[in-house]
Formats: sequence, structure tokens, C-alpha cells
Amino acid sequence: MNPGGEVMELQMGPSHPAAHGTIKFNLTLDGETITGCDTEIGYLHRGFEKMCEQGTWTQCIPYCDRLNYASPLINDFIFTEAVERMLGVEVPERCSHIRVMLSEVSRITDHLTCLGMAATELGAATAGFYMVEARETLFNLINRLTGARVTVSYSRIGGLAADLPEDFGEMVTDALAKVRPRVGDSERLLDRNRIFLDRMAGVGGISAADAVSYGLTGPLLRATGIRRDLRKDEPYMGYDRFDFKVPVGSKGDNFDRFSVRMEEIGESLAIIEQCVAGMPPGTVSISDPKVMLPDKDEVHGSIEGLMSHFKLVIEGTRVPAGEIYFAGEAANGELGFYLVSDGSGRPYRVRVRPPCFYGMAALAEMIKGHMVSDLVAVFGMINMIGGECDR
Amino acid sequence: MALDQDVGRAVESSGATLGFSFGAPVLTVEPASIVAVLGFLRDDPGQAYDMLVDVTAVDRLASDGCIEMVYQLCSLARGSRLTVKTRLAGEEPALPSASGLWKAANWGEREVYDMFGVRFEGHPDLRRILMYEEFEGSPLLKSYPVDRRQPLVPERDPVLDPWPSKDGL
Repeated sequence: MNPGGEVMELQMGPSHPAAHGTIKFNLTLDGETITGCDTEIGYLHRGFEKMCEQGTWTQCIPYCDRLNYASPLINDFIFTEAVERMLGVEVPERCSHIRVMLSEVSRITDHLTCLGMAATELGAATAGFYMVEARETLFNLINRLTGARVTVSYSRIGGLAADLPEDFGEMVTDALAKVRPRVGDSERLLDRNRIFLDRMAGVGGISAADAVSYGLTGPLLRATGIRRDLRKDEPYMGYDRFDFKVPVGSKGDNFDRFSVRMEEIGESLAIIEQCVAGMPPGTVSISDPKVMLPDKDEVHGSIEGLMSHFKLVIEGTRVPAGEIYFAGEAANGELGFYLVSDGSGRPYRVRVRPPCFYGMAALAEMIKGHMVSDLVAVFGMINMIGGECDR
Repeated sequence: MALDQDVGRAVESSGATLGFSFGAPVLTVEPASIVAVLGFLRDDPGQAYDMLVDVTAVDRLASDGCIEMVYQLCSLARGSRLTVKTRLAGEEPALPSASGLWKAANWGEREVYDMFGVRFEGHPDLRRILMYEEFEGSPLLKSYPVDRRQPLVPERDPVLDPWPSKDGL
């Protein structure tokens, strides 16, 4: 394998122009072939789990925004859903519909970020810019629907911060009409592009058995041919009410990961349309004063409202003692929260199971025997998001 | 519940107990038998927990004098989940590594070592993963103060100690 016996060690990162994100690869090279890769993560570690233990359950929500910042709403929804399960609270149907709709918008922004960045890094800048344009349309949509582009903090334990604007249906339909052609254009620019195919097909593959052993989930696992999607297999937020398919690949290589994500964008668009068409009327939050903040009218006009407002803000929502592991299908795979409560208004332990952490663990296996330049493509398709991986 | 009664029978001898938290099964085992139990859960056709979804720990030193190891298992074929816990007592918590069973355990256990100081015997590469190697202590232990800082490069207060301007003002 290495007749000359000479091994070169190359340190790539922590801030490498071809790798979006702060990460360091300590590569062992035989010529230009990678024989070993020691991945150093943690550059974006900011003590998410420790910080969550310091405040109330509700105060964790802004931190959750900053986990996967390409799809912040999904993190919020899965976290609040986990706490709601501990409380035994069921949110109104309109709330779960909105959660599904915005999760799917976020899934598209996440996939567009991943694919757009990967395309740009491989030289396909046009496709990259088209995808960024489509993503921008969706971020603007999220801005108009929730009040912020990325740091949304839109979800609440027991509901949502606010209802959607009245004309949300038109806004969503208009945005989708702009996004669809852009997604189609970028797909056509890539999926028969000789250079792109050479860099993607047959590169960075992993077997289905290894993928399971490494704990890979989401598009990485589905690219190997395993049809696993928590939205179908363990339906939550009412995903079983919607009609969508779970695309899978066959070889588990970079191109399958690309195709799975591309097809998932189409499925997400279909789910959003179903959400807009079938949005139920009603409220978006429960009215339990022990869980949700009361209306401002009540806070200013009644002693009970004032009391419950102060108790919720100062002491937090009291969550029954116990532990729960709840996972949902984020854009990158299984995003799980292991929550431990001691019965008070503050979490005893908040553990995040970040999907791309386990994806990064498998990188060394995927890249072995490939060229240094392939690292860029493989890393791009894992879609490591520093905020989520390093927490 | 999808959990077979076989689990109870097979692990009873090792002192395991099966409980439920918010309706989800939680199996508590002795630290010495953790690898045997996890191996059984993975390999037994009736269990087939083929994926180790997550490894983490909970600091219960103040209340119970132990650190609780938590393994989240998932069976893709059977579509069921199981939480396996074990309680580590003492000053220097240690237990056998599950990295021989699942490749995911490698990084998962490294993070627990990094954050809680738990040593995993037989782990191929037990190093810090999120923190830097010069870091002292286990940041997720409740005894680690949340405001303690260990910067690698000395931190500078921009108000008390501003950079000198070009004109020396």
C-alpha cells in the first residue's frame, strides 16, 4: 500500500477555506491518498447542556435555536414536544399543523444550505447561488411568519409564541412558487454535470451495516438504502396525517446523499402545500396557566393572571420528575433530547443527541482510501453544523 | 410493550431491574455486566437492538452518590427503543467500554469521559473530544462552577485593558 514507506501528516483546518465550519482534520497521507483521518471537533463548544441547567425549561428554547442554525425551528419544536410529553400536554391541532409546516420549510432551508455549500465548494457556484437565493426566499418567509430569520424562538411549551399572520397562505404559496423553479434549476445544473458526478458518485461510501453501527441517521442512513424516517416510523406532531414518501439511495455514497436530499426537498414542498390547504382553525396554544403564559389582558387585569405570569417567569413550568428520551427527524437525522427533571421548574439535565456528531465520527471510515480533495465533498455531504455538533 | 420478557429472564441473574419512565422502558443494570447485557440486547434475535443511538451520563453525586450512565438503544427492524442505565459509584468512575459492540460508542464514550470524567476500560482512543486537552476538570459535573473560565490564550478585558491606539492615547 505504501511502498516508499513515507507517510505525510497534513493538518487541515481549523479554519480551512474549503471546509465551511471550524474543524480540524489531522490527515495521514500516502501521496495524495488518505490513509487515516483524526477529526478534531469542539471549536464551537459553548456549553449548551450546562447552560440549559441554569435556567427554566422555557429559557432553553433560545439556546435550541442555535443548535442547528440552518433549520432552527426544527430544534425548537422537538425540544418543546419532548417537554410537553413529560407534562402530558397535548397542543391544539392548529399548533401541530403550523409546527409541521415550518419544520418542512426549515428542512428545505437546511438541505439547500448543505447542497448549495457543497456545490459551491466543488466549483458549481451557479447552482450554489441559485440554492442560496431559494433559501433566502424561505428565510424571508420565516421572518414574515415568525418575526425572525434564524433566531426565531417561536415555539413555546404548550403552543407557539404567536399565531401566523392572516394572509400566511398567500405568503407561503408565493414563496413556494419562487423556490420551486430555483430548486429545479439547480438540480438540473448538478445531476448530469460530469464534474459534479465524478466528484460525488462512488466517493465517501459506507455500507448499511457500518452506517447502523456508527449510529448514522437521516439522509446519511437513507442513502445506504435503509428506509428509516422518524416522521413515518415514530410519528409525532401529527406527521401521520400527511402524505409523503421517504426517498432512499442504494450505494450510500455522496451522490446518493445528494439525491436523497434533493428528493426530500420535493416531498417537503408537498407537505407544506398540504399544510396550507388543510390548516385547521382555532388557537395555537393551550390555556393552562401552569404551562403557558396568560394573555397580557389577563396579566394586566386580574390578580390570577398576574400571579401565574410571575410564577411562570420566575419559577418556570414545573415538569414532573422523571426522564424522557424523545427524538424527531431533523434535517440531518435523528435529533434527540434526553431530559431529566427533578420536579422543579428548571431542568436537571438536558442532553442533545446531535445527528451530525455521529456523522462526523464516521467520516474517517468514509474517507479512507480517497483523495484529499474528496474530503471536501464528503465533509459537505455529512453537513456538519458546528452549533449542533459541538454544542 | 415491545420489550420481551426474555430481557427480564436473561438479565435477572445480573441484578437488572426494568422500570418505566413516561411510558418508556428503562433497564437498570450493574456496571460490571453492562457489556454483557448490551451485547445480549444487540445479538439476541428477539431483541435486535442494532443501533446505539446515544451515550450520555447524569450527575447524581449530590443526591445518590453516583454518576448514572445512560445508553439509548434502538431496534430498526422491530421499531422499538430501550434506555439502559447503570450507576457508577465512587471517586473515579469507570466501566467497560461498549466500543467493541457499536462504532458509535467510540465518540459517545469520549464525550462522557470529557464531560464527566468517566473512564472506559478497553476504549481504543480515550481522549477529550469537545474540550481541549489542557482543560482541567469535568465541566458537566454539578460541582463544576458554571462561570469558571479556562482560556488557552489569556483573556483581555476590553474596558479595563484596551489596546493602545495608534497615537498612543
